[in-house]
Amino acid sequence: MSARIDDGTAAVAEWFDGRSDAALLLVLAVGLYALFTGVSLVLGYDLGGIVNTLRRITFLSAIYAMLVLALNLQWGYTGLFNLGVAGFMAVGVYTMGMLSTAPTTNPPGLGLPLPIGILGGVLAAGLVGAVASLPALRLRGDYLAIVTLAFSEIVRLTYRSPVFETFSVAGLSLGTGGSTGMSLPTNPIRMLFYENPQAVTSPPSAFGEAVFGTFEALGVRAPVVEGMAYAIALLFVVAGVYVLLRRVGNSPFGRVLKAIREDETVAGALGKDTRLFKVKVFALGCGLMGLAAILWRIGGLASTEDFRPITTFYVFVALIIGGAGSNTGSVVGGAVFASLLFEGPNFVRRVVTQYVDIGIGQTPNTIFEAVGPLASLDVTPLLAYTISDVNVSALRLVLLGVVLIYLIQNRPEGLLGHRTETAASVDLSERPGGEDR
Amino acid sequence: MATSTETNTVVAFVRERAALIALGLFLAFLVADLFRKLGTGALTAASLAGFVKDGTVLGLSLGLAGIGLAMTYSILNFANFAHGDYITVGGVVGWITAFLVAGSGSANVEQLVLLRASSRTLGISVTTAPVAIVLGLIVSVVVTAGLALLIDRLVFRPMRGQRGIALLIASVGVALAVRYLLVFVLQTGPRGLTAGQVTPSWDLPVGGGTVTVTAHELTLAVLAVALMLGTHVLLRYTTFGTAMRAMADNEDLAQVSGIPTERVIRTTWLLGAGLTGAAGFLIALERGALTTSFGWQLLLLVFAAVILGGIGSVYGAMVGGLVIGLASRLSVVWLPESFIIAAAFVVMIVMLLVRPKGLLGGVTTV
Repeated sequence: MSARIDDGTAAVAEWFDGRSDAALLLVLAVGLYALFTGVSLVLGYDLGGIVNTLRRITFLSAIYAMLVLALNLQWGYTGLFNLGVAGFMAVGVYTMGMLSTAPTTNPPGLGLPLPIGILGGVLAAGLVGAVASLPALRLRGDYLAIVTLAFSEIVRLTYRSPVFETFSVAGLSLGTGGSTGMSLPTNPIRMLFYENPQAVTSPPSAFGEAVFGTFEALGVRAPVVEGMAYAIALLFVVAGVYVLLRRVGNSPFGRVLKAIREDETVAGALGKDTRLFKVKVFALGCGLMGLAAILWRIGGLASTEDFRPITTFYVFVALIIGGAGSNTGSVVGGAVFASLLFEGPNFVRRVVTQYVDIGIGQTPNTIFEAVGPLASLDVTPLLAYTISDVNVSALRLVLLGVVLIYLIQNRPEGLLGHRTETAASVDLSERPGGEDR
Repeated sequence: MATSTETNTVVAFVRERAALIALGLFLAFLVADLFRKLGTGALTAASLAGFVKDGTVLGLSLGLAGIGLAMTYSILNFANFAHGDYITVGGVVGWITAFLVAGSGSANVEQLVLLRASSRTLGISVTTAPVAIVLGLIVSVVVTAGLALLIDRLVFRPMRGQRGIALLIASVGVALAVRYLLVFVLQTGPRGLTAGQVTPSWDLPVGGGTVTVTAHELTLAVLAVALMLGTHVLLRYTTFGTAMRAMADNEDLAQVSGIPTERVIRTTWLLGAGLTGAAGFLIALERGALTTSFGWQLLLLVFAAVILGGIGSVYGAMVGGLVIGLASRLSVVWLPESFIIAAAFVVMIVMLLVRPKGLLGGVTTV
């Protein structure tokens, strides 16, 4: 069984090898869309439901792709093991929220324009990343992991603390909302569709009315259209981040990063101030994590519950699936993780509920009630228990753990990580004219 | 000339230890401020003693929970993120046993196994149900050790010799799988374990007020110290202890000297995880309640204790535990209560910056 899975992953990886990255991503997108359209049809969704499913998949894939790309810069390129992803995300979101929510809401913000808020959030996350990287200059891998994890918990506990629920600085009142969280500014995509994007009850603009009218006729409601438009916009942001990181990776700066990963002493001996490079990488990567988190939560609620260490582990699993060191792999990993591992189990649950008649109120409350009927060969109660809402969430995390162990044991390089670019700018495996000398 | 050289030496000394000196000054300031607060009556002696007691109890819990982590860290060279969930497993299986023993006949078995039976009705405490407590402790040790061996066989053994980071990632996978399997079986939500009304406690008079010490705090403290001393004797005076220390220093050298490294690793897991299980059981006893994630929530503090003491040092884990416990509880004197945990993490980070080898750095495994 295991050998067969091994052959399977190897075959998939080999197949990936022969294709260009663009074709690969296209095939992946088409494949995932086809899969989830199929599942939606099985569930009997109408067009609105199908589009909504695809919206959610696209949205989560884009967010995780961005987070994984940022983490890949730190771990894949530079070898810095940052377990504080969730903390830097929180810094981005909360800073944006405190800068841009209206002073009249509870908790109050400064009411600055959204672009300033987003820029401020990204810069704050980057700055905090730079500060947090100072220990990174001294510590070896596992210490760094523990320190960054502790750091992210300090950030989370600080935002959660009642002390900062509302506070004032220089006469301006601000707040994080403590354990209840803070509501964030409305989604900027509303500017496309509404006359007054800030107001929830705003009438649609002329363009919005035309678009909504067209889709309404097909059975896709306005919020779904809005969400899909936002998810598509996020794909462009992912493309932007991808291009940025590829340019960084191929620049002289990026070659130093790879050199640090391969052998820091050598990089240092060649006259590179490796510490400065690490600080810059932390700042850039954490800034991007802040950006991804802002785009994730905007238009909704910022809550410290979203920034528990488990969020960091999600990003790591996604990176390991894709393969550390490869930007295309990061995008693949983000999409595969978000759609199959993160959302997949919920769809399995829905499909099973559709086809197995459990009966209303018949779901067992305890494992005993679920396992007991097995004696009379009745598996329905166990199935019902397994696919209940809370237990699917628990089993999803068990699955995540098992996948993580399986990958790290059998395919630590992930789907695309074996293509890790070398530190040299020219291909050292072929030495043109080497024999002539 | 001579004076200038001397000045240079002093300057160099200060520069080299700037961080350490700054830290020392900061600590001195805190101590002075503490006395000022005691003097002005902003802080009573009784509440200070209460903080110190709470800190000591937390510190001993962390130290006890940290020994197992320090042992595997020194032998296998990786930070085991599943350690927190071994603590939880110890607490859960131990308390299921204690519930079954104490409640047999009087309560529904399913309710007992799921830890849902009313702790008030069961009335467990060290004095009212000593047999249940002792059996629970034994089962927690045995089951946690067995689980650690099984996981080592399935997950870590195939990865021997790999980098610490790869093992760390695998241990995160183990942590998730173990914790959420427990959630699948038990469901979430806190469980009350002991009955407060039958637990003996003593009010000790301190400077005009009183400090309450419960029998369960005392049990934890006594057993923690005893287990730590036992571990020390074991590591210091037995062949296994020598072999383990040799492996921690240099695994290849140990192997060519004829030390059966695989067997030492197994024994280390057995011993380390056994202690961890006991720690989980005793911490749950002292707190009187548990959740399926209490070990995970303790993990970072345990790491803090182990790192503070110097990774791989068993004494270090104890000293580090006490420092972290006291620092986090005493932080309440200056900081709002919501920063108790954060304060402990700050202490760990500062410590890593100032003295990366830990308080007892340089000493390994002894």
